[in-house]
Order: sequence, then structure tokens, then C-alpha cells
Amino acid sequence: MITGFLIRALDRNITVAIAVILAIAVLVPASNLLLSADNPLHIPTYIMALFGKYLCYALLALALDLVWGYCGILSLGHAAFFALGGYAMGMYLMRQIGSRGVYGDPVLPDFMVFLNWKELPWFWHGFDMFWFAMIMVLVVPGLLAFIFGWFAFRSRVNGVYLSIITQAMTYALLLAFFRNDMGFGGNNGLTDFKDILGFSVQANGTRAVLFALSAIMLALCLLIASGIVHSKFGKVLVGVRDAESRVRFLGFRVENIKLFTFVVSAMMAGISGALFVPQVGIINPGEFAPANSIEVVIWTAVGGRGTLIGPIIGAVLVNAGKSFFTGAFPDFWLFALGALFIAVTLFLPKGIVGTVAQYAASRKAYRRAQATEAAREAANQAEAGPTSTQAAE
Amino acid sequence: MLIRFISLFFLIIFAVAPSMAQEDARALFDALGKANFKQAEELVGKIASTGDPKVVPALEAFADGNLYARKSDGAVFIGTAAGANLALTDPMSGEKAGEEAKGALTKVKVNNGLRRAIRSALGGLTLLSPDKAIRMEAAQSILKSPSADSLELVETALSNETDMAVKAALEEARAASLLISDRPIEEKKAAVATIKAIGGQASLSLLSTALNSADEMLKPDIEAAIKSIQDTQSLWAMAQNIWYGLSLGSVLLLAAIGLAITFGVMGIINMAHGEMVMLGAYTTFVVQEIIRNSAPGLFDWSLAIALPVAFLVTGAVGLVIERGVIRFLYGRPLETLLATWGISLILQQAVRSIFGANNREVGNPSWMSGAFELGGLTITWNRLWIVLFAMVVFAFLLFLLKKTPMGLRMRAVTQNRRMASSMGIRTPWVDAMTFALGSGIAGIAGVALSQIDNVSPNLGQGYIIDSFMVVVFGGVGNLWGTLVGALSLGILNKFLEPSVGAVLGKILVLVLIILFIQKRPRGLFALKGRAVEA
Amino acid sequence: MSETKPRSLLYLDGVSVSFDGFKALNSLSFVVEPGELRAIIGPNGAGKTTMMDIITGKTRPDSGEVFFNGEIDLTKKDEADIAQLGIGRKFQKPTVFESHTVWDNLELALNRKRGVFSTLFYRLTAEDKARIEEILETIRLTHRKNDLGANLSHGQKQWLEIGMLLAQEPKLLLVDEPVAGMTDAETAETAVLLKEIAKSRSVVVVEHDMGFIRDLGVKVTCLAEGSVLAEGSIDFVSNDPKVIENYLGR
Repeated sequence: MITGFLIRALDRNITVAIAVILAIAVLVPASNLLLSADNPLHIPTYIMALFGKYLCYALLALALDLVWGYCGILSLGHAAFFALGGYAMGMYLMRQIGSRGVYGDPVLPDFMVFLNWKELPWFWHGFDMFWFAMIMVLVVPGLLAFIFGWFAFRSRVNGVYLSIITQAMTYALLLAFFRNDMGFGGNNGLTDFKDILGFSVQANGTRAVLFALSAIMLALCLLIASGIVHSKFGKVLVGVRDAESRVRFLGFRVENIKLFTFVVSAMMAGISGALFVPQVGIINPGEFAPANSIEVVIWTAVGGRGTLIGPIIGAVLVNAGKSFFTGAFPDFWLFALGALFIAVTLFLPKGIVGTVAQYAASRKAYRRAQATEAAREAANQAEAGPTSTQAAE
Repeated sequence: MLIRFISLFFLIIFAVAPSMAQEDARALFDALGKANFKQAEELVGKIASTGDPKVVPALEAFADGNLYARKSDGAVFIGTAAGANLALTDPMSGEKAGEEAKGALTKVKVNNGLRRAIRSALGGLTLLSPDKAIRMEAAQSILKSPSADSLELVETALSNETDMAVKAALEEARAASLLISDRPIEEKKAAVATIKAIGGQASLSLLSTALNSADEMLKPDIEAAIKSIQDTQSLWAMAQNIWYGLSLGSVLLLAAIGLAITFGVMGIINMAHGEMVMLGAYTTFVVQEIIRNSAPGLFDWSLAIALPVAFLVTGAVGLVIERGVIRFLYGRPLETLLATWGISLILQQAVRSIFGANNREVGNPSWMSGAFELGGLTITWNRLWIVLFAMVVFAFLLFLLKKTPMGLRMRAVTQNRRMASSMGIRTPWVDAMTFALGSGIAGIAGVALSQIDNVSPNLGQGYIIDSFMVVVFGGVGNLWGTLVGALSLGILNKFLEPSVGAVLGKILVLVLIILFIQKRPRGLFALKGRAVEA
Repeated sequence: MSETKPRSLLYLDGVSVSFDGFKALNSLSFVVEPGELRAIIGPNGAGKTTMMDIITGKTRPDSGEVFFNGEIDLTKKDEADIAQLGIGRKFQKPTVFESHTVWDNLELALNRKRGVFSTLFYRLTAEDKARIEEILETIRLTHRKNDLGANLSHGQKQWLEIGMLLAQEPKLLLVDEPVAGMTDAETAETAVLLKEIAKSRSVVVVEHDMGFIRDLGVKVTCLAEGSVLAEGSIDFVSNDPKVIENYLGR
């Protein structure tokens, strides 16, 4: 059963993409750790950290593509799932600081000591254990997606209405996490991490491993997403996107289909947030900002929604552009991003990968048509007589 | 405690008052120089009981700490600074009495308890002033800090009083003083009723103080009065809350009403709507700058000038956006959402580049500043104007949509584009005009919001989610729904705020709306219709 | 009426529904027997589509009873439940999955387990394959099985949709204007197709095309203003004075 699922997942493009990502997972850390700094192929740590961040964004865009590109649910709240995964990881990292904090409290993180709290709030318990935190990385975003989706899909909130309330959801969480008494560090969020599983988060080796892990998780999620969209379920998903009521009248429970996809997507977003936090060293409520969620949408749109590979490319390209512009022309970045939103929706609705694929398909169809034409011609000539065939030779 | 002490003390004084009234006030003042605080209080009472209005300035000087005793003979004077020396004034006659070096005088010390005694003594004295305004003020000051000792004085004043307003104030002052006197219980009951009728925080504290020392027989009356006042107060508090809610609701209405047109009528998700509001606010800023520099006299008219300018500026921007971007995206709402988000980023950055990232100062014209009281309500003028303005804009739009040919065309196009087009309506033109109208209204809202909010490039971001909530909650395509949605969300917000705080209140409102949309996906006033296919 | 309830396939009694004061259905009563092919005619706004919405669970009636197969109360079920019970519906506008191939369209419609996990790990069996090929033959689309739904002609889309309903193996088929926009040849072929389908199940056809209904040659119900105006053979109904006044025109 699972093998069938995986075999369907690995079509040619996906196999190539996964191979490339896995190669990156090995080669980049190897270059960083094994080659000396003056070697032209050496990748400095800051570049690796930057690209590690892009990989997390790519995973987030992939998660969004699953719900938007295939199921037609434009979520403007995926940053919330990303941030929740990040906070779960951040809480683990906070607990690892132990008595090395500024106030030296063995249990309470600095901000709680600062707020004069006497004991750890109940929801912080267990986060000193890595396995528990990792489960929470999946469970918390998944649970939020489940509760939200259970209500929204059951009552058939659709299209832009759904987009608007997902935005309201992340906005509400943004406001909530800004509050000090929520117990998540308020405005400043969680930061000053020391180590992860006993390894310093600053060390080159740890960074290399985190980079490799990001790439591997991206490959794994790509495999799962591909398995989903290439199964019969994936076809139903596209059916929901294109003609929801037809799917309903065929007897499918559309709400369950959407809910499953939404939860899977939220969990992937949670994973990307969890990988993001140790690499950038901070998580704060700003990650919940509605603008962030919309930015994810544009990465996906640029790369090509409904293509799986497109969002990965889009996320890396747009973020590389952002890093470049904010460094070189800081005032110009928002103009460029805004123009990108407009240009993609007006001129490139299928995104880069979608447009390329469309072009390739039309070339293929053209060649096939030509081939049939040629074959017919050949047949005609064969009928006409042996002389012409000889002439052709 | 203090009041009890003073009143007890004055009871004794008044018992012997008639014989002392003849005593020389001048001697009493001189005695102040040697008295300790307790004795001084006694002396102030004696001075007041002379009933001579001439003692008023000296007592006031005493309260202010300007009374000095001459070391040489112990005579007491009012001292005012004159260089290194002090100019002396006789406390009774008010005549100049030469100057004296500071070292030759000792200050007559005064403490808070003494000041209190002086003030209530003064209150009694000024009650008899020939000036109506002073009498009124005295009556009110007694009402604020009543004491049993002033009761007789008040009653004397009351019997002489001819002015109705002062008489009413005196009645109230009498009731307040009577409550803490030793008068019979029947009179006190009447006093409680009078105080109850006055209401307000002062009466409440008066009654609660009286409750502590009151006779058992009187307690139920006082308690009932307290409860009744508290009830009235909580009613006013609720009214004040409703007013705050209305005020917030009209802000929401202003922000959302342009959206009700572009989203509600045309179905366009305009994420740049907030930036239209922001542009309106910046237009106000520019208009005010020009007026400040060239015609400062017109400043009170700046908003009236900014309104049409903002409408035209944002309407024109809207027109460009519709013609340049949105018209290619009709029927693709999610793409429209993304493209307009891109536009909003560009507009924000443009404003930031031109005007800077910091807040800009937009002034309030004189008629928009200040506040007034209405019963137990405090109403600020700017809020009142914004509520009125929101209603006017709403009525104007409603009229435009329902009663004008332009509105008819708009509705026709949104209901059946092809039919409208085949009847000779230029649908692209109507689309552009409708969108420009929605944007222009957002600009007008920006003029109003510049009066109560920080004018910064991020101004619009703060309103966009709220505006969508209002439109979705109220029901898309229904202006009345937007009105009801905005006002009810505003009031709900303000009612949640006192109990859970502003931020949590806002979160709760968002959660409630999310839940509400589950229940009624098409909003409060959505039209039911034959289920449409697909 | 209550006597017919146990043995009739579809049973509507006194069904009313109104939208903002407008009565779309006005105590409509209507019965379909097992294996019956029934045609419904009526002017625009007579409530034909609303009736289908009610049967398939898209709209809830304000009052009245709707029973399927004798005892199943359809007013308590939603679209997916009702589809799984065996009621298939074809929309007025052909609705197929345009970005799927004809084959995938039929595969999705096939009456198999429809849960999340059974679709996630579904594998095409030989039996399912044979069934799809059989339907492709029936709807005359075998030569286009690998083409996208979007690339079919209007008539072919209508047939694909009917094919999808067949794959669903319903006991009752509701067909809304199957020949709207079809050429005469396609219309005639569709009539044959529907008669073929009706051999093994009940079919309710809503149609304006009187020629097409004559071709079908079955019992006709005429609706107007939300209730039944006349019922009987096509000749009987088309001679009814009320029908002539309301629908056919004098």
C-alpha cells in the first residue's frame, strides 16, 4: 500500500528534484566543513545559514502549495502555523538555556524572572524534552488547523471569505503573542538560545547539520506531497479546486478532504518553522504578521502553484532577491515586491514552472501532431507507389 | 475621622458662639501667632463666627501660608513679598502697615487640617456675600465639603436668598450639612432624599461617609440612596460605553464603507483599501501645510478643503488602479487580492519615501477640540463630529446608490454585466467609476481619521483587517449591513474592553467573528437565494 | 399518498420552500417509481432546479416530506450522504473536472470507498478498469479517454457527465437539461443514451426541448409556480389548457 503510494510519488521531475535537494543537503555542509576558507568552492557559514533559511521558506511554500495549488484554499494564515512550530522549537531551546540565562534561574526563562513569575506555566512543561517538543511542533499547528478547518469547512466557508478569516486568525494570534501575560516572551519573543541536544547552536558543525536537516525534511515533505497529489486523493483534491459541488454530488465528503489536506499542510509549515528558529536564533510575534503569510503566497505564485517544485524555486528566488535588494537598495525592496505581486498575477498566472511546463507540453503536442502528419504522409506516399519511396531514399 | 472631630469641635464652639461674636477679631488674629494647630483651629472658628466679611482676605492669606507674626509685639499681619522684605497688611482693615525684614517676622504655621477648617469657615462667610456668583460658589463648596457647623449659616442664607439657582444650590448644601449634624432623623431622611436626587460621585462619597456614623434608623435610607445613585451611575457608565462604542463603530464604518462598495458591490478584494485611507490622511496633512504657510487664517477650514481634495486624489488613484490592474482580473478574486496587496506595498513605500517613515502632525481645527458634558457623559467634539460625519457619508452613499442614475447603473452592472452591457451601459466605465467612488470614500475617511489617529505610512494596515471583518460580518453587498456591522462591532469591542483589556477584547471580537462566519457564511444581512450551481 | 410511500423510489409530499418571501416551491408533491423514466417540463422559475436542490440535499425545505427508497428521510442528509445512497445529479451547465483526463473523471466518479485514506492508497484494479472502459463505450468517448475534460466539446462534456453518473451506479438519476446547446444529431443520440440508462434505473429529466421529450416518449410532469400543474403522457399534458396558458403558450 505504502510502496504504491511512494512509486506514484516519484515521477521523473519529482525524483530529479529530490535528488538535487539531497545532493545539496550533502554537498553544501561538506564544502563548509571540509574545505579550507581560501578554497574557491568553500561556502562560508553565513551563506549556508542564509540558504538554510531559504530551505525553510521553501518548505513553507510547499505546504501552502498543497492547499492552495491543489485544493484551491488560499490560506492567508500559514505564517501562523510556521510561527507556532517555531515557538514550540523556541520553547525547547529556551529550556535548554537552563541556569546560563542572565538571571541564572535553573528553570524559568529570563523573561519570566523579569516578570516576577514564580513558577513555570503549565504549557511550558515537557518542553525540556526534545522528543516532546518535536511532537508539539507537529501537534500544535496541526491541532489549530484541525479546529479552524473543522469549523470553516463544515460550514462551507469558501474562497475569499476563507482567506479573510485565515488572515483574521493569524492577526488574532499576533495580538495574543504580543501580550506579556501569554507567557511566550511578549514583544521580544524567545531568543538567546544556547544549545540544541547538547550542541551549541552557534557552532559550525551544528549549523551544517541543521542545514542538512532542512534540506532532508524538504525532500521528505516533497515526497509526501507528491504521493498525495499523485494518488486518487490528489485527483479528488484537484476536483475540489475546480468543481467542488461536482465532488460533493459524487458522494465525497469535501470537508474531510479539505481538513486532511489543511492539517497536513499546517504540520509541514510547523516543521519549517521549527527548523527556521535554531538557524536564525530568534522567534517573536512578528512572525505571525498577516503580511508574512501573504508573502508566502507570492513565493508560491512566482514559482508556479499546483506544481510542487515551483513553490520551492519561487521561495528561494524571491528570498534571494529580497536579501540582495534589502542589502543594496533598502528603499527599493517593497517597490520590487509590490511590482512582483502585480506582474505575476497579470502576466505569469501559472508561475515560472507552470509556464515552462505549459510550453513543454505544447511543444510535445506540436511534435506529436507533426509526427502523425508525417506518418500519414508516409502512408500516403507508400500507397502512391514504390518509386517515390525509392526517391526518398 | 477628621470631619467627625471638626464637627464635634464646632458644635461646642457654636454653643457659645453668640457671646464670642462680639469679641474683637483683631485680637483673635493676634492670638493665632502664639497658638498651636489645635488652638488655631479653635481661633479660626471664632473668627468665622464674627460673620464679618472683612475677615475673608486674612483667612485666605492664612490658608495660603501668608500670615506672619511680628516678633517685636506679636501682632499678626498679612505678608506679601517685597524684595528682601515683606510688605505687611492689617488683617482686619486691609490697610498697609509698612515693611519689615523677614528675620523680624515668624510665619504662622498652617497644616492641612487647619486649611480645611479655614475653607469651611470661609464657605460660611461668603454665603452672605452680595455677589450672586460668590454665593453660588460658596454654596457649591459647602456641598463639596459639608460640615455641621455651616448648617445654621446655610439656613440663614437660605432664608434670605432670592435667586432660584442659588437657592437650589443652598438646599443641596443644607442637606449635605444636615446629614452629618445632630438634627432629628426626619429632617435627615429628607436630606438623604435631596442628596440622592443630586447623584454623582460626590454625593456617593458623602453618603458613604455619613453611613459610617449614621443612626441605625437612618441606615436603610442611606443604603437605598447609595444603591440608587450607583444604579444611575452604572447606567451612565453604560451610556458612556455605548457612546465610545458608537464612536469606534463610526470609525470602523468610515474605514469600511468604501470597502462595502468595492468588495460588497463589485466583489473586488481591494487589499490596498487601507492605503486609500492613508492617502486621504496625507492629503489632509499636505492641505494643512499649504494653509499654514500661505493662509493661516483659513486653518479652521482646512478639513472642509481637504475633504474634496482627498476625494479627488484617492478617487484618481483608484481609477488608475482599476484601469491599470484590476480590470484584467475580474472573475479571479484571489488574484485580485494578491495584486492589490502588491499595490498596497508600493503605495506604502511611496509615501514613506516622500514623507518619511515617522508620524506626521495633523492639527485639529478649533471646532474639533475640547469636550462637553451631557448628563453623566463626557463627549469630545472630535468624536462627535466623526460620528456625525460617518452618518452623513453613509446617507450620501445610500442615496447615491439607490436614487441616482449612476447608482442604478452600478447596481445593474453588478447584477448582470452582460444584460447591462447589451442595454447600452458602458460597463467598463461603470466599473472604473464605482471603484473610484469606493476609493474616494476611503480618502474622505482618511481625512476624518487623521484627526484621531497617527498619520504614518502604516495607517492603512491597522484598518484593513477590521474593515474586512465589518463588511463580511454585516453581509456583503448590503450597505445597511455594513452600518449595523460596524456599530455593533464597535460597541461589542468597548463592552469587552473594561473586563478583559483592549488587546484581549480585540482578539475575542476576531474569534467571535470567525465563529459567526461559520454560522452565517454570508454575513448578518445576506440575501437568501436559489442555490447557484458550482 | 402514504400508501405509495413504501414502494416508491422517490416520494415528495407538500414540499414548500421560499427565498426572501418568494415561494420557489409551493407544497409540491411528486412520486417516482423504481425503474421509471420521467420528464419534467415547466416555465422558468417553476421550481424545477429548486426541486432537484431539495432532493440532493443542497437546499432544505421549509416544510414537507422527502423520502428515498421508501423510508430514508432525505431532508436530514447532506449532498455526500445522498450521493452515496444512490442519487446522481447532472447540472444544467455541464460540470466535469476540466483539468483531469476523461479517464480520471470516470475513475473519480466510480462507486468505491470515498474516505480520505482509501483514496490516498487506492490502486486501479482490473475490475475497475473494465468498468471504466465499459462506460467509455456507452458514452462514446473511448477515443478521447486521455484528453483533458477542458478540451471536450459541449456535447461531449454532457455525455462525460452522464458517464460519471453511471460510474456512480445510482438508483436514481436527476438530469437537468441534458440537451441544452446540443446539435440535433447529438440530441437524438442523447435520447437514445438516456433510454438505455433508464433500463436499469430510474431517471428524472428536466428539459425544455419538447421534441426531445417526445423522443423519450414517457410520462411527463408539468410544474408551474412551485407545484404540479399536470401529469400524464406528452399528448395529454400538452393539450391541458392550464399547461398551454402557463407554459406552451396559445
